Amino acid sequence: MIESFAETIRDAAARGRALRLRGGGTKDFYGNALRGEVLDTRGYAGIVAYEPTELVVTARCGTSLEELETILEANGQCLPFEPPHFGPQATIGGCVAAGLSGPRRPSAGALRDFVLGVKLVDGRGQALSFGGQVMKNVAGYDVSRLLAGSLGTLGLIAEVSLKLAPRPQAETTLRLEAPQARALELMNRWAGQPLPVSATAWHDGELTARLSGSAAGVRAAAARLGGAVVEQPFWAGIREHSAAFFSGPEPLWRLSLPSTSPPLELQGRQLVEWGGGLRWIKSSETPTVIRDAARRLKGHATLFRGADKAAGCFAPLAPALERLHRQLKAAFDPAGIFNPGRMYPER
Amino acid sequence: MGAALPVVAALREFLPQRAILHEEEDTRPYECDGLTAYRQLPMVVALPETEEQVRRILETCSSLKIPVVPRGAGTGLSGGALPPGDGVLLSMAKFMRVLRIDPLARVAVVQPGVRNAVVSEAAAPFGLYYAPDPSSQIACTIGGNVAENSGGVHCLKYGLTLHNVLGVRGFTIEGEPLELGGEAPDAPGYDLLALAVGSEGMLFVVTEVTLKLLPKPQSARVIMASFDDVEKAGAAVADVIAAGIVPAGLEMMDRPATRAVEQFVGAGYDLEAAAILLCESDGAPEEVEDEIARMKTLLAHAGATRMTVSRDEAERLRFWSGRKAAFPAVGRISPDYYCMDGTIPRKRLGEVLRFIAALEKKYGLRCPNVFHAGDGNLHPLILFDANNADELHRTELFAAEVLEKCVEVGGTITGEHGVGVEKINQMCVQFGAPELELFRGVKRAFDPQGLLNPGKAVPTLARCAEYGRMRVRGGQLAHPELPRF
Repeated sequence: MIESFAETIRDAAARGRALRLRGGGTKDFYGNALRGEVLDTRGYAGIVAYEPTELVVTARCGTSLEELETILEANGQCLPFEPPHFGPQATIGGCVAAGLSGPRRPSAGALRDFVLGVKLVDGRGQALSFGGQVMKNVAGYDVSRLLAGSLGTLGLIAEVSLKLAPRPQAETTLRLEAPQARALELMNRWAGQPLPVSATAWHDGELTARLSGSAAGVRAAAARLGGAVVEQPFWAGIREHSAAFFSGPEPLWRLSLPSTSPPLELQGRQLVEWGGGLRWIKSSETPTVIRDAARRLKGHATLFRGADKAAGCFAPLAPALERLHRQLKAAFDPAGIFNPGRMYPER
Repeated sequence: MGAALPVVAALREFLPQRAILHEEEDTRPYECDGLTAYRQLPMVVALPETEEQVRRILETCSSLKIPVVPRGAGTGLSGGALPPGDGVLLSMAKFMRVLRIDPLARVAVVQPGVRNAVVSEAAAPFGLYYAPDPSSQIACTIGGNVAENSGGVHCLKYGLTLHNVLGVRGFTIEGEPLELGGEAPDAPGYDLLALAVGSEGMLFVVTEVTLKLLPKPQSARVIMASFDDVEKAGAAVADVIAAGIVPAGLEMMDRPATRAVEQFVGAGYDLEAAAILLCESDGAPEEVEDEIARMKTLLAHAGATRMTVSRDEAERLRFWSGRKAAFPAVGRISPDYYCMDGTIPRKRLGEVLRFIAALEKKYGLRCPNVFHAGDGNLHPLILFDANNADELHRTELFAAEVLEKCVEVGGTITGEHGVGVEKINQMCVQFGAPELELFRGVKRAFDPQGLLNPGKAVPTLARCAEYGRMRVRGGQLAHPELPRF
C-alpha cells in the first residue's frame, strides 16, 4: 500500500499535479482552500504494534481515530492530548497532520509532544522513516514532530508511533461562577499549584474545571476548589465543538495567547480554554482587527471556521520564518504537489 | 596563528579584546567537551556578551565563510562542541542571566548560558521548578540542553527538554534574527521549535530561551528495590507501567554500577543485589502514599528481595545521589570510561543486557550499566585505559556493537546525549541514504553554506560508505552508487 501511495506521488510529481492528502475529511473545513486530486489514505489502516507496557502504539494513517481510542481504552490507556475528532470518520493520520490537541493539552502536553516516530512518503515518492517507538531519541533532526500539524504539506504520514498515558483512575468536573478576568486569574493560579487540574473552560460567567488523577488526589483537590459537580460529557462538547457556543453564523476564531493575557476587548462571544492560553471567539470583526488584538498580546489568531478565507486562515509569518518554511517545503516536496496553499499561499 | 588573523581583525572591530581568544594557552581549555577522547584546538574562541555581538560574529563568519561551533558549558558527551580547527568556537558562557520569572504564567525567560540547576533555584521561592534534570545539572547550561534535547531521571513523567521549552530566540548563521514558539501555544506554521530542540547547534544559535515551570510536588518518596536477577528487575518495570502507574522516576543500576557508586557516595545501596531499582512517586501526600503502596505490592510480586522506602527528603536525596553520581563514581574506579546512550524498547532489555555481558568477555573489558528503566534509555559504561591504544580500539568496537544492537531491536543509537562526532558512523546504521539526504535538506534550509557546527550529527554518504556498515533494506544496500572500502 505504501508503494501504491509512492507511485501515485511520483506520478503526480512528474506531471506537476497537486495532490490533496485526505483521511476521513473531517478537517476539510480547517485551513485554506483545498486543491488537487484526493489521495485517500483510508485504505492503509490498522494497528501495527501495540504493547501497553511500552506505553506506545504504532498505527497506519487510515486507522479510525475512534477505533484506536476504543482499543486504548480497553487497555486502560489513552492519547494524552485528547484530540478532537470532528466526525466519526477521523483517522489517526489526519489527526497528526492537523496537529490539534484537546482540553487536556495544558496539563498533559500537545499532540506533537507525543509523536515518537513516523513513516512518511515524501514528495519524491520515497518511503522514509524517522524517530521510532522509543521515548527518547535524539538521532537526527526531529522530523516526526515537524510533521505534526504540517497539514499534509510536507508528505504523507503513512504510519505514526505515539506515546500513551494511563487513563486517570478518577475524574470529576466542577463549576464555579466567575467573571472572565477572575476566571483567568484562578486558572493560572491553580496551574501554579500542585493540583490535578486536567482541563479548564470559561464561558458566559461560568468557570468549569476537570480534575484527574488518583481517587484520593481528586477528592482532596475537589474539596479545595469547591463549586458544583457537572456531568462529564461537557468536555466532549468543548473538544468536538458540539457545545452551543460553537453554533451560529459568525466566523470562529482561535486565538493563542500567553495564558495570563487579559480578557479580549473584541466584539463577539468568547470561550476560554487551556488555562487562558486558548480563546475561542465567534466574531464578525475583520481579520485585521482580530489579528492585531492577538499580536498586541504576543499571540496569534487562526480563522478556525469561516466562509471567507481571503485573509488566510493562519497568522502571517515573519519574513525569515516564511523563507524557512518555503525552503523546508522544497526539501520535502520539491515539486510542490502536497496540499498546496492549505497552510500558506505558494509562491 | 597567522591563519587566524583575518577573522580576528574582523571580530576586533566590534568585540573587546578580552572576548577574543586565539593564543594557544587561551584556547587550549576549549579543545574538547565532555567527550575528551576527541580534541581539536579552535582557531579562535569568541565570548560575546550581547545578542548584537552574537549577530555580528555570525554575520562576519558567514561572509568570510568561516565555520562556527556554539558551546555552552562543554559538558556534552558526544563531542557536539568539538571546536573547528579552522573556525570560531562561539562560547555562550557569558549569557548567564535569568531574565524573568513570571510566577503566575509559570514561565522563566533565561539566557542560554544559565546553568540548568539555577532555573529551579530561581523558581523555588514561587513553589515552582524546571523539570528536566540531567545528571550534570549543576554544570550544564540551558543552551546546551536545548541543543541536545537533554533528559534526566524524571522525564518519563515530565518529559524531555523538548516538552519543557516554550520558545527560543536566536540568529541564523547569516545573522538573521529568529523567534520560534513562544508563550502562546501552537505557534503558526511548521513546528520549527521541535526541529530546533535537539538539533545539536547545527541549525541556528540560541540567545534566549523561554522555559515552562511546574508547581513543585508537595511530597516525593522513592522505593529502593533489590533484585537477584537483572531481567526480573526489567520485568518489574513493565509490571509497574502495566498497572497504569507513571512513576516520577524509574531507574535501574546493576551490581557493578552500585558497587562503584557505593564506595564513592555511600548512598546505602544493596550491594548483594544483581540490580536495584529506584522507583519514585510524587504528588499530593495522599496520592504518594497510595502509589508507593501499589508499587511495593507490584515489585514484591515481581520478585524484589528487599525494599526500602525513603523516610524523609534527606534519605530520598541520598538514594538519588548514587544514581546521579554514577558517571563520576565509575570515573574513579577506571582511568577512563566510555558512556553509551542507546534507547531500546523496554521488553528487549534482557536480550540487550545478555548481549553486553557477552561483549565484556569478547573484548575483555568491564561494563557496568545504569539505565533510565522507565523510558528504555541505557547507559552502559565501558571501562578502559586511554593510554592503552589497544584498549581504546576495543572500546570503540564494543560501543559500536552495542549501538548497532540497539538499532536492531528497534531502538536508537542515542536517547539524550546526541550524535555529535561520536556516533556519526552509527547514523549510517540507523538511517538510510534518503533519510540522511532529507536531514541535509533541513540543514540547508537553515544554513545553506554548511558553516554551523559542520561535520557533526549527520554523516555524508561518502563517510557512510567508508564506515562500511550500511543499513540494508529490502536486500539492497542504501547507496549502491558509492564505492566500498
